[in-house]
Amino acid sequence: MEKSAVLEMRGICKYFPGVRALENVDFTLREGEIHALMGENGAGKSTLIKVLTGVYPKDGGNIHLKGKESEVNIRSPQDAQNMGISTVYQEITLCPNLTVAENMYIGRTKSPLTNWKKINSDAEKLLQSLGIPAKAKQQLSSCSIAVQQMVAIARAVDMECKVLILDEPTSSLDEQEVEKLFKLMRDLREKGVGIIFVTHFLEQVYEVCDRITVLREGKLVGEYIIEDLPRVQLVSKMLGKEFDDMAEIKSESDTENIDYNGTPVYEATGLAGTTGIKPFDFSIHKGEVNGFTGLLGSGRSECVRAIFGADRVTGGIVKINGKKVNINKPLDAMKNGISYLPEDRKRDGIVGDLSVRDNIILALQVMKGFFRPFSRAQAEKFADEYIKLLNIKTASADTPIKSLSGGNQQKVILARWLLANPVYLILDEPTRGIDIGTKVEIQKLVLKLASEGKSVTFISSELDEMIRTCSRLVVMRDGKVVGELKGDDLNQNKIMATIAGGEGK
Amino acid sequence: MTAPKKKQAEVQPKLNNKVALTETNLFLIITISVFFVMYVSAVVFLGGRFTKVQYFLDILNVYASLITLTCGMSLVMITGGIDISVGQVTSLVCMTCAVYLENKGGNVFVAFLIAIGIGLAFGLIQGLLVAYLNIQPFIITLAGLFFAKGLTTIICSDPLAIETNKAFLTLKGTHIKFGNNYIEIGVVVALATVIILFSVLRWTKLGRNFYAVGGNNQSANMLGINVKLTKFMAHLICGFCAGLGGWLLLMNLGSGNPANGEGAEMNAIASSIIGGTMLSGGVGNIIGSLFGVLSLATIKGIVPKLTGTSDDPWWPNITVSGMLCLFLILQSIIIARKNRKKA
Repeated sequence: MEKSAVLEMRGICKYFPGVRALENVDFTLREGEIHALMGENGAGKSTLIKVLTGVYPKDGGNIHLKGKESEVNIRSPQDAQNMGISTVYQEITLCPNLTVAENMYIGRTKSPLTNWKKINSDAEKLLQSLGIPAKAKQQLSSCSIAVQQMVAIARAVDMECKVLILDEPTSSLDEQEVEKLFKLMRDLREKGVGIIFVTHFLEQVYEVCDRITVLREGKLVGEYIIEDLPRVQLVSKMLGKEFDDMAEIKSESDTENIDYNGTPVYEATGLAGTTGIKPFDFSIHKGEVNGFTGLLGSGRSECVRAIFGADRVTGGIVKINGKKVNINKPLDAMKNGISYLPEDRKRDGIVGDLSVRDNIILALQVMKGFFRPFSRAQAEKFADEYIKLLNIKTASADTPIKSLSGGNQQKVILARWLLANPVYLILDEPTRGIDIGTKVEIQKLVLKLASEGKSVTFISSELDEMIRTCSRLVVMRDGKVVGELKGDDLNQNKIMATIAGGEGK
Repeated sequence: MTAPKKKQAEVQPKLNNKVALTETNLFLIITISVFFVMYVSAVVFLGGRFTKVQYFLDILNVYASLITLTCGMSLVMITGGIDISVGQVTSLVCMTCAVYLENKGGNVFVAFLIAIGIGLAFGLIQGLLVAYLNIQPFIITLAGLFFAKGLTTIICSDPLAIETNKAFLTLKGTHIKFGNNYIEIGVVVALATVIILFSVLRWTKLGRNFYAVGGNNQSANMLGINVKLTKFMAHLICGFCAGLGGWLLLMNLGSGNPANGEGAEMNAIASSIIGGTMLSGGVGNIIGSLFGVLSLATIKGIVPKLTGTSDDPWWPNITVSGMLCLFLILQSIIIARKNRKKA
């Protein structure tokens, strides 16, 4: 074990049925450093954190802590706490019905009686010293989410932890609150605490961290000192693409006959939502395929959700074919000819127990009104038509959708929105978790729809797919639109440089 | 010496800064006010027996058993659970003790232990199943309800009055007198239960854990609380209260009857809710529960007087259900308003 290390994880393995979530991952945390743990979705960050905090048992490797002779065995979150490993999760893990002071001390006092005077005054002192704007006797649920997050950190700090894990603590905080949190983190670093910082925000990493460990697909990519790893390199390491020698994969998508000077099909100015994205402008023309890109958490899904009215919209002007409209809820968007295929198929998309047919006609039925049902013959005609068109592999139209494979479920949802005959179709990660054959089919379909005069917004985590299908890309970082790329700029180097921002070329 | 002391006082943060009431305390204040408004208006507008001190003491005498049951129920509800077996457990306790005392000429102290034992046994088994096997408390205590009901009729299916057991009758007849007015011993026991459980909830680690578990049991687990043990303890204490409540009912009525405790669980749940306990858990107060029972009793006294139908139980029940709805709506409005303020 290194001299200054407070935590050393060696050769950590974790398997789930059919998945190697972590394979031989090493991680070292030194005294008094802020260490960023980076990686895209499925890279294994949260699995590593959960192994370290005793939520998951590890399947291989060993963990050493400073001051302990042999390797340690962490069996439960309580075990981890007792060994000086404190965790602050993205979701608040405090009790909303208790007071702030109680939340800071419950579960870790030895005496069987609660000394209210003492915990209230201790808590008040701690809150003041950390500059947290809360009162000890206040009920936690009356504090803002940010303050609740800071109370959780105060609790962790007070336990005199040696290792503090912050798992995306900033995703619900605004800039000032983030500043306060960073100050707190720097103070703790001075006191010799090792902090593991998990975040999607690149700028924050470069602002506070000393070291970065990058994971990808359950494997360690490497550990770097922050000065040695420019942003562009970090992005390319996370995405697993070499920055310099990437093959250009631009396809000849037919963009000549798009009339960029005409009235856009959809145009938004200063659209703002409540989900942490900055107000943005966006427009799309007839027959155009464009896309939102950025790292996970950069706000690309939030943007399209705001366009569709799936999250609360707080401002901005929306025009459809030049006419001003109000879109406050999904039904408004649907009535204006916008369809949205959600990112989370299981949660927002399928109705598992209904048949394939019922799932297909759902959106059209909603628009028509529930009191004017389709006749059986009509429903069958629609369903059969799209099952054939999209080549959906199902035993019959009566099969419950949950028994279909992921790719075929996705096609059913796609059929649902195509049936609604939208003028503007938004596809959020339509190719996630499905096999390559189907992915290609869906991309072809997107291009075909565009050539028929529909407008499509396409989002995918895979840059190749985006480059192949889109003629224009909106690049996002940390909730802001940071660039728009089209034509010759649409290549991986340029995209990654824009995503990374700052020192990128 | 005085100067540094003064400085220290400055450093000491003020603790008496005004903060918004917690939900628990807010509901407690509402409950107590509602009870006083109701009772005072009964005294002022209806007069008659409501003006007599003994009328109020009789409420306590009759409802001593329900007070203990409600205490236990509130406790389980604060952890986010429910126990609907307590009414039938009360019947079972009454019947078993009546048979033991009357037909077997048993000892009063042993009978008391039997009562507590039965309650604890139900609490123990239901608690184990709920906490360690993760069974829905509603389902498992429903099973407990049927089990206790069946067992009661097996032991004795006819009402049985205790008329020959001298020791029991002496105990039952012991009153604590204040001039011309009196309370039964059961009232002392019930009020002691209220005070003890209130203190447990307010000042002990176990008590605070009940609130934490009811607030969010996953968070409670992350905060290092033994969630299973906490849930188990809530059911065990509730079982104990059911046994004690059964004994108090027997002391009040002097007879065992399979129908003694029927519906008592519903009255206990209603009293808890009127007393400010939330069905979703995490909010509640035992003093509130006491006032919940008193409010319930007052309604049941006032309404027949107003409708002029003294033996028809339906109008009081309809009023109670109306009041229950009112409190539930009030609770959700308060919670919703608080949430809106935060956003």
